Amino acid sequence: MAERTQSETVAPTMVTPMNDSVPAPALSFKGVSMVYPDGTHALSETSFDVRPGEFVTVVGPSGCGKSTLLKIASGLHKPTTGSVEVDRSKVGYVFQDATLLQWRTVQRNVELLAELDGVGKAERAKRAADAIQLVGLAGFEGKYPKQLSGGMKMRASLARTLVLDPSVFLFDEPFGAVDEITRERLNDEVISLFERQRFAGLFITHSISEAVFLSTRVLVMSARPGALVAEYDIPFEYPRRPELRFEPEFARLCGELSASLRGAHA
Amino acid sequence: MSLTEDGNAQIAADAAIIHGVNPHIDDSLVPPQKEGVRISISTYLGPFVVFLLFIGFWEYMHRDGMRRFLDKNPSLLPSPVTVIDQAFLDSVVRKQLLEGLWWTTYAAFIGLAISVVIGMTLAVFMAQAVWAERSIYPYLVALQATPVLAIVPIIYSVFGGGMASRIYVVVMISIFPIVTNTLFGLTSVDASQHDLFTLRKATRRTRLYKLQFPSAMPAIFTGYRISAGLAVIGAIVGEQFFRQGQKPGIGIVMEQFRQKLRYPQMYGGLLVASALGIVVFFIFSWIGKLVVGHWHETTRRNS
Repeated sequence: MAERTQSETVAPTMVTPMNDSVPAPALSFKGVSMVYPDGTHALSETSFDVRPGEFVTVVGPSGCGKSTLLKIASGLHKPTTGSVEVDRSKVGYVFQDATLLQWRTVQRNVELLAELDGVGKAERAKRAADAIQLVGLAGFEGKYPKQLSGGMKMRASLARTLVLDPSVFLFDEPFGAVDEITRERLNDEVISLFERQRFAGLFITHSISEAVFLSTRVLVMSARPGALVAEYDIPFEYPRRPELRFEPEFARLCGELSASLRGAHA
Repeated sequence: MSLTEDGNAQIAADAAIIHGVNPHIDDSLVPPQKEGVRISISTYLGPFVVFLLFIGFWEYMHRDGMRRFLDKNPSLLPSPVTVIDQAFLDSVVRKQLLEGLWWTTYAAFIGLAISVVIGMTLAVFMAQAVWAERSIYPYLVALQATPVLAIVPIIYSVFGGGMASRIYVVVMISIFPIVTNTLFGLTSVDASQHDLFTLRKATRRTRLYKLQFPSAMPAIFTGYRISAGLAVIGAIVGEQFFRQGQKPGIGIVMEQFRQKLRYPQMYGGLLVASALGIVVFFIFSWIGKLVVGHWHETTRRNS
């Protein structure tokens, strides 16, 4: 993967922070609220930043507007009020389900986004091969989605996004549909990706342990209309080992988050 | 370079799961078990038994049933042996039947080809916007609902009394399933797959060729298969009304035999017409399987 330059991730209008050691946000929500045409009030006045090298996870009850955040960040939806500052050309979006094109092999699926961006044949084949290698799907390039398990499909989906070499990664509950063991394995993969590439990550989930394990920061969202009600810094150093999940401090944080989430539900 | 510490070890571990050595690892790298294709005696036995029963019933009706139940002369339903002997083993009759088969196939395929071109063009247009779909759909339904018999004079005055009119009847009967199935396929693409293309700012054209058409292929082939069967019916129906020109289809040949009371030959024609329908249906099933079979998950399970 090519090296990532931080200047590219910063929208030109952004005010440079006073302190040089803190990079400017790669993704910035400014007073974003969302009311859908059918009257659903999905999101109220939400503001937060995600800086390069930060992995921010939003947890909240189902239907609280978490996914709406990503739809707005990626430009799929326009917010009712407020704005999002992000360089859209560098955004990678990992969908809730794998959304692989069933008529394409793994290789051709992983090439898809680069193909749509007009990247040449040889170049995208090479990038796809790298990405497939990276997510541990080497040897399955010629398989069709129907021949893959749920976890493998998510790996292919991840690889497809990696080909764009995004500096902002949006994850929309990507592992909600796989079993717990597979989910932990995939979490390990995501975290090693993050450790390698240090992108700015915004991850949506309703799994508390997933949130704590992956993130530098966890935001808790209230029930609809979604609003941020609490923020937790997760102090664990990277690289994070899978065993982290069994440490007392990890359990304590999960408990705290769980309590706050229950408050948000009420 | 693998992300996990050792990709190969992981795959080896997964191979172990497949072989049931270690059940405590995730399924993320284990491909689902492929179902074996079972071809056994029972695959052929059923159809064969039903075929024998059918022939037996036919023979029985000829020998006894026609008189006993229907009070009709048995010569109206000749024995299958007589049909084979007088229709298929007689070289003059066989030649007539094969010529009929040729002209019917000719009308059916040309009509079907026209249906495919016009039908798919319409479907693509209708898939672009709801207003386009709403504007055109009523006319298709009207076309579908109009009995051929009712507009025979109109067809006659426009296309004449021969092959052109037969082809028109074929188009009229076979176009509807092609439009509806293609339209259904083009418009029922997964919403998040559309999002995927939206995020990369794909044009309408790119979306059509790289997403909607491939995704619609199974539905499109379902439409082809249904329409192919209808095209054969349409060709024979058309022959009932439009007989001019030296191009006698199987329906005309059958009618000529009937007028001369040559029933075995007429039944021979009937068998040829059915065989054409069956062959056309299977050819399109086969082409469909060839095109989408390797990726499409059929919901149908044979057990």
